[in-house]
Amino acid sequence: MPALRLSSKRSVPDWPGYLAQRAASVSHPLLVRYFAAGCPAADTPIGEAPLVALDLETTGMDERRHAIVSVGLVPFTLSRIRLAERRYWVVRPSRPLSNKSVTLHHITHSEVAEAPDLETILPELLGALAGRLVVVHFRHIERPFLEAAVKVRLGEGVRFPVIDTMSLEARRHRLSLWSRFRRWMGRPPVSIRLHDSRVRYGLPAYQGHHALVDALATAELLQAQIATHYAPQTPLGELWS
Amino acid sequence: MEVELLEIRQHMGRFPPFDSLSDELLDELAGQVEVGYFKAGADILVLDQEVHELCYIRSGAVEVYRRNGDLYNRLGEGDIFGHFSLLRNHRVRFPARALEDTLIYFIPEAVFRRLCESDEHFADFVELDRPRLKSAVEQQKKANDMMITRVRKLLTRYPVMVEASTTVQEAARQITKAQASAALVLDAPGDNPRYTFTDSEDRPWQMCGILTDSDFRTKVVAEGLAPDAPVGELVGRPPITIQSDESVHEAMLTMLRNNIHHLPVLYRRRPVGIVHLSDIIRYETHSSLYLVSNIFNQSSAEGLARLAPDVRAAFVRMVEEGNNSQMIGSALSTIGRSFTRRLLELAEAELGPPPVPYCFMVNGSMARNEQSIVTDQDNALVLSDDFDPGEHDAYFLALAQRVSDGLAACGYTYCKGDVMATNRTWRQPLSVWKGYFNDWIDNPTPERLLHSSIFFDLDSAYGEVPFVEQLQDLVAKKAPQSPLFLAAMARNALNRTPPLGFFRTFVMEKDGKHNNSINLKRRGTAPMVDLIRVHALACGSRAQNSFDRLDDIGRTQLLAQGVGEKLRYALEFLAMSRIHHQVIDIQEEREPDNNIEPENVADSERHNLKDAFQVLSNAQKFLKYRYPMPSRPARTR
Repeated sequence: MPALRLSSKRSVPDWPGYLAQRAASVSHPLLVRYFAAGCPAADTPIGEAPLVALDLETTGMDERRHAIVSVGLVPFTLSRIRLAERRYWVVRPSRPLSNKSVTLHHITHSEVAEAPDLETILPELLGALAGRLVVVHFRHIERPFLEAAVKVRLGEGVRFPVIDTMSLEARRHRLSLWSRFRRWMGRPPVSIRLHDSRVRYGLPAYQGHHALVDALATAELLQAQIATHYAPQTPLGELWS
Repeated sequence: MEVELLEIRQHMGRFPPFDSLSDELLDELAGQVEVGYFKAGADILVLDQEVHELCYIRSGAVEVYRRNGDLYNRLGEGDIFGHFSLLRNHRVRFPARALEDTLIYFIPEAVFRRLCESDEHFADFVELDRPRLKSAVEQQKKANDMMITRVRKLLTRYPVMVEASTTVQEAARQITKAQASAALVLDAPGDNPRYTFTDSEDRPWQMCGILTDSDFRTKVVAEGLAPDAPVGELVGRPPITIQSDESVHEAMLTMLRNNIHHLPVLYRRRPVGIVHLSDIIRYETHSSLYLVSNIFNQSSAEGLARLAPDVRAAFVRMVEEGNNSQMIGSALSTIGRSFTRRLLELAEAELGPPPVPYCFMVNGSMARNEQSIVTDQDNALVLSDDFDPGEHDAYFLALAQRVSDGLAACGYTYCKGDVMATNRTWRQPLSVWKGYFNDWIDNPTPERLLHSSIFFDLDSAYGEVPFVEQLQDLVAKKAPQSPLFLAAMARNALNRTPPLGFFRTFVMEKDGKHNNSINLKRRGTAPMVDLIRVHALACGSRAQNSFDRLDDIGRTQLLAQGVGEKLRYALEFLAMSRIHHQVIDIQEEREPDNNIEPENVADSERHNLKDAFQVLSNAQKFLKYRYPMPSRPARTR
């Protein structure tokens, strides 16, 4: 049962070591620069870490069949989300855009037709991520999609540590003894989707499925989670995956 | 700006002072905010910490404290804080703590400064130049019914029109005959079609000028023009005119802009009348004057009682026309005094002439000319010293009874504290009254003065005016030299305190408790009036009206620079708020009262009321310090 495996003792991956090793082995200059910027050490308190909330809107869930439509990010720290430094791009998906995802992401066909390929924004995107710890809600989208997209364009992929606000919620609401008891009683599981999670912290309802708004929403959610269940002193190693 | 910050932009755009920002500024603002989350109980601003940001509450609730730890304010979604520190020394003066889980938008100082520079409303709101209350009161004044009433409503007759060939003397005769003060001068149609029109008999004319009373002085008499000169020689060019469907307000502006007192009103191109500046002034006060003349036409107490609904109608109209509280208070007091006077006239007609001279004295709000629509009667009789109780009191009791019952029938309820001329204690000769006042001032205790402070607003409504004037003189002379009396009055003026402000749908008290409504008289106007009275007594003012008293106080050094102005604006705002809520009550067919419910208070009004409460609260603190209880009873002279 995957839930049980997740709940077993988490091992702390050596992300700074991994990034340093990649910096030495990659050849594309963009990636060399990206990996060389490294990431904070595992014992860095979360309160001192430079963070960046990232959200991708995609045409589907499978990075092998679907494509990135838009990218939103906003740099932040535990105390401040700096909207002035926000970035947002619409990119032309390498695979056709279905009508369903048009309605979902509020991005129109014509907007997409005029948009650049992801490759043209990569220097800026990787520059904005470099040296910062990426924060996402549900890491199984952002990381694999970005890795695949970069690999296609630069010949080599990117991998990086993330703090996943959804798995922080899952630790509370899916893996705890209490939640397992609830499940055993036949009660529906608590939703850990972005919007539902935010409501539990008194955060306002934002219009979802916009890459920048979701990035902002994710950054706020992490601030709330740390303020509620952790502390600014909590080391990154306990939070990232 | 990109569409993606709509979430932030739209939210801020709903709350003052951001609601009045241009779209461009709002976009700029939304793009620059920083966001921070605070768990309930977490500090947002710590005392003396350096700040360079304005704080905006996106969700949650925040409590702001004074330096000494007292609760200063409780704020909710859409409220701002931190601007006082930003505008002063960048040190936090009022620490803030999250009361609930709270999301704050921080607005960087550079953006804040830019908003202050480019948006006057924003600057007013954060009190950059002038107090927020002052601009609110001024705006209230501007939002006047004059804007929507058309100027044709002021016209009562067609204009006097004379041909250019008419002699000066004949023109003067026609103007006098029509009891007018101006005439339009007409000529045969010429080269100026703009001023050409056809009269009711289809004859074409061209208007070539206006002749006013002052022209006869400046152009005829002063320059020695012959009486048989044609008026055409007097007028220079076609007059400035206004269309009949323009607003009264526009007419007034046109007159002021061009420094003229007469303004011809045209329907298309045909003159239909001339408005004089005094017509506009008269219009402003018309309805209450009409009611007053109607009061004096009544021949019975029953007839007077039937006018009670008219008082409400006149009140609503005065408010809708945008009058300020001073005008409304004085009009309602005039109406109240007129009822009183007429009732006395009717009583005298029935009971016969008074055996000795008397003065009917009014107290409280009527004496101050600050009456509201919800009011009771406070009155007394000051009789001649020739008064002999055994012989004369039956007459004056009957007189007082008629007035009191008559007033009650007109809607002025009986005084709960029995401050009425029907009470024997308050139906006394002048010498006894002097004794009362001497005793109150010489042997004051807060307890004794609690029920007699109403007599320190006193005015005559009818009869021997000098009786009450002597009492006013006595008070004005004695009070400033009696620190113990002033201290006792000051102590009583602190019995009623304002609330802190509003929070969501509640009234916030200083101890953090919530109430569902607030009595704006008890918690606002009355304590304000009380404290102004103490200062007025201290400076020997004979004025009864609070605004007049503030004028007198302003001529002394009693209050620090600018404090008097603040009190004036605060009182005006509190009084107007109370009046507006009474109008709402009347319009929704409820019995008007002095309560306001937070859900009926608009955002901007909340902020202004909160400011007014603050002014009152500070002024009360000063009062305590200014008129301390002497440690030993002061020796009286």
